Amino acid sequence: MSQKTVRLVIDGKEVHAAEDETILKVALENEIDIPTMCYLEGLSGLGGCRLCLVEAKGMSKLFPACTTPVSNGMEITTNSERLLKHRKKVIELLLSERTHICSVCVANGSCELQEMATRFGVDHVPVVRRWTGFELDMSHERFVIDRNRCILCTRCIRVCDEIEGVHTLDLKMRGKDAQVIMDLDEPWASSYSCTSCSKCSAVCPVGAIYIKGKSLAETKNRALPEFVFERRKR
Amino acid sequence: MKPDELSVIAERESELRKSFTNRINICCSSGCANLGALKVLKAFEDAVKDLGFEKKCKVARTGCLGTCYVGPAVLIEPGDYIYMGVTPEAARQIVNEHIVNGRPVKNFLYASEEYFHKQNRLVMKKAGNIDPLRIEDYIAFGGYSALLKVLTSMTPTEVIANVATSGLRGRGGAGFPTGLKWSLVANAIGTPKYVVANLDEGDPGVFANRTLAEADPNTIIEGITIGAYAVGAELGYIYIRGEYPLGVQTLRKTLDNARSMGFLGKNIFGTPFNFDLELRLGAGAFVAGEETAILASIEGHRATPHPRPPYPANAGLWGKPTLINNVETFGNIPMIILNGGSWFSKIGKEGCTGTKCFSLTGKVKNPGLIEVPMGITLREVVFNIGNGMLEDGKFKAVLAGGPSGGCLPESLLDLSVDYDSLTKAGAIMGSGGIVVIDDKSCMVDTAKFFITFCMEESCGKCTPCRIGLVKVHGILEKITRGEGTLEDLVLLEDMSNFIREGSLCGLGQTAPNPVLTTLRYFRDEYISHIVSKKCPAEKCFREQEKEATET
Repeated sequence: MSQKTVRLVIDGKEVHAAEDETILKVALENEIDIPTMCYLEGLSGLGGCRLCLVEAKGMSKLFPACTTPVSNGMEITTNSERLLKHRKKVIELLLSERTHICSVCVANGSCELQEMATRFGVDHVPVVRRWTGFELDMSHERFVIDRNRCILCTRCIRVCDEIEGVHTLDLKMRGKDAQVIMDLDEPWASSYSCTSCSKCSAVCPVGAIYIKGKSLAETKNRALPEFVFERRKR
Repeated sequence: MKPDELSVIAERESELRKSFTNRINICCSSGCANLGALKVLKAFEDAVKDLGFEKKCKVARTGCLGTCYVGPAVLIEPGDYIYMGVTPEAARQIVNEHIVNGRPVKNFLYASEEYFHKQNRLVMKKAGNIDPLRIEDYIAFGGYSALLKVLTSMTPTEVIANVATSGLRGRGGAGFPTGLKWSLVANAIGTPKYVVANLDEGDPGVFANRTLAEADPNTIIEGITIGAYAVGAELGYIYIRGEYPLGVQTLRKTLDNARSMGFLGKNIFGTPFNFDLELRLGAGAFVAGEETAILASIEGHRATPHPRPPYPANAGLWGKPTLINNVETFGNIPMIILNGGSWFSKIGKEGCTGTKCFSLTGKVKNPGLIEVPMGITLREVVFNIGNGMLEDGKFKAVLAGGPSGGCLPESLLDLSVDYDSLTKAGAIMGSGGIVVIDDKSCMVDTAKFFITFCMEESCGKCTPCRIGLVKVHGILEKITRGEGTLEDLVLLEDMSNFIREGSLCGLGQTAPNPVLTTLRYFRDEYISHIVSKKCPAEKCFREQEKEATET
């Protein structure tokens, strides 16, 4: 089937793209930077973190760039004042949601949440912070999951399902109580399906899943899903 | 089922109905059943049997009459006498007096004429007159003749054109034009196509869809089947809340009946059209009523919404074009087909045609399930149909649209009830919940109640809804404890607007409505809590006061 090409405008720049591409992808191809958090190249789009929200002309609603397909004649704005304000708020909320203390975190220095906070000038959290007391799961011989640092981006769940293909990880509960679990909410060591592939720790944007005795800077590999995804296409 | 068989059954059933001089309809929907309707049914049956009147008087188990607050309710034909609060003992008395002597029993007779006067029961027309489990009862009232008409004399395009002419808009709350939605699915590329009927009515205090399913399940099934024919689907799903056991039971039996009668299955009415319907039960999440979350749930995933576009019309169930409508929308379809789209477009208001079922609850004298033409005013709903405030309380607000609706003050009572007017005022049509609030309720506390509900029901997928609602809840908690500051109001408004604009699905986008509308119309109550530490309704601070006196 031949691909239809569409024409659209992103931040005043006229660009061409294939019909089924997402706004984010087209923007990246044209060197327009849209911040992301739950999105990772090679994994399915989620549209959950709301960092990549963009405005489309003539629409009052905001659209997540990572999941919204482009269409002909679209006029996209990626960095209006309203959007910047929203992005800052997203980071503030994520920082306030659970126990985020950079100085004692394995991800310090290579944390995507920290990076975004710096980028959007979040110098303090203006809302009440909620300190969670979830227990650490250190049962596995190599991995640790600290749900107090989790931002529920579900990258680990998607990489486990879509790239490793075992779906060990999933969510339990909902809303503010949602937590990443292994199999049927078992300690990691007794998980039947986990292959110990370490892909979850490689894609975690914060310090929620990490390898014992190592800092996230050593083990992080954001390009991994894309690499595997591209390899499979051959 | 052959085309001419339908009229034979209809005729036979009407004859059978006419052979009884009296018909006693006992509402056995969830509300009345909980008040003992099944015992009343048995008492009526026994009383009629003892008199040997079985041939003259039919005792039928039916669905909701709408007067839920005076249940168990009983309707006696001819004359449409409604009895309320009927007990088994009263049943015997009614049979002896009304049926035998023809003298209605005054002290059980339903008095409020006005309750029905302003209503226009179209979707719920047969409810209360037919036995929901007897498909023949439905056929006697012209049931499945719309399906027959569609399959034998109309093309899918004609059906869609008819629905478009009617001006029918989605009854799930958003009000998307149904005809347009149908044509989008019909024109979408990809096979197979699916139809989904939304019966996941999770709002507290809302029971319109449940009542329809319990009282007249065949209307829904006929509507869905017509929809399937119009868009070209061969399989459909009804997604119903697991908390509706009677609804599930009724639908299950009705689907079996419809299948054995040949209204579902292969070659319906001898035409090449095949269609079957399956039931899917929800597991108790409010968000599962969101259209993309329903699809995820039917596919077997967690009921979480996903961003649109792509819309279900193009990529729904398993990535295939899917038509998803509320059951009430489907319930409107058979009459649109039978009477024509232009007939329907004359009912209600221009741009917002037809009727809408509402669950009227709260502090009114006559709560219940009502069906009113679009464009009726809130005042008529509260003071005519609802018959005014309970215990002569003073009207304060009306919450329109369920937990994520808006609280509207007295000054807006003359607002017309339709999608656009409600949205403009900060409320929503939602699933059709109207809660009347009197001056004994605190508006800050009310807002907190609904925010707590939405916070607990947030699926957690997107940041604004998951975390933002917790923050809003925290601020409201602080204010009702008497620790709020005026800056909190700014923060509250700011956060609410962020949640509304930034959230992924309808739950988050509408969840801050109670806060935003109370801030807009009842700001003085917030200020009173913050500045003079007083709750105008004397609802908040009570616990602190109690603690203080105890110590």
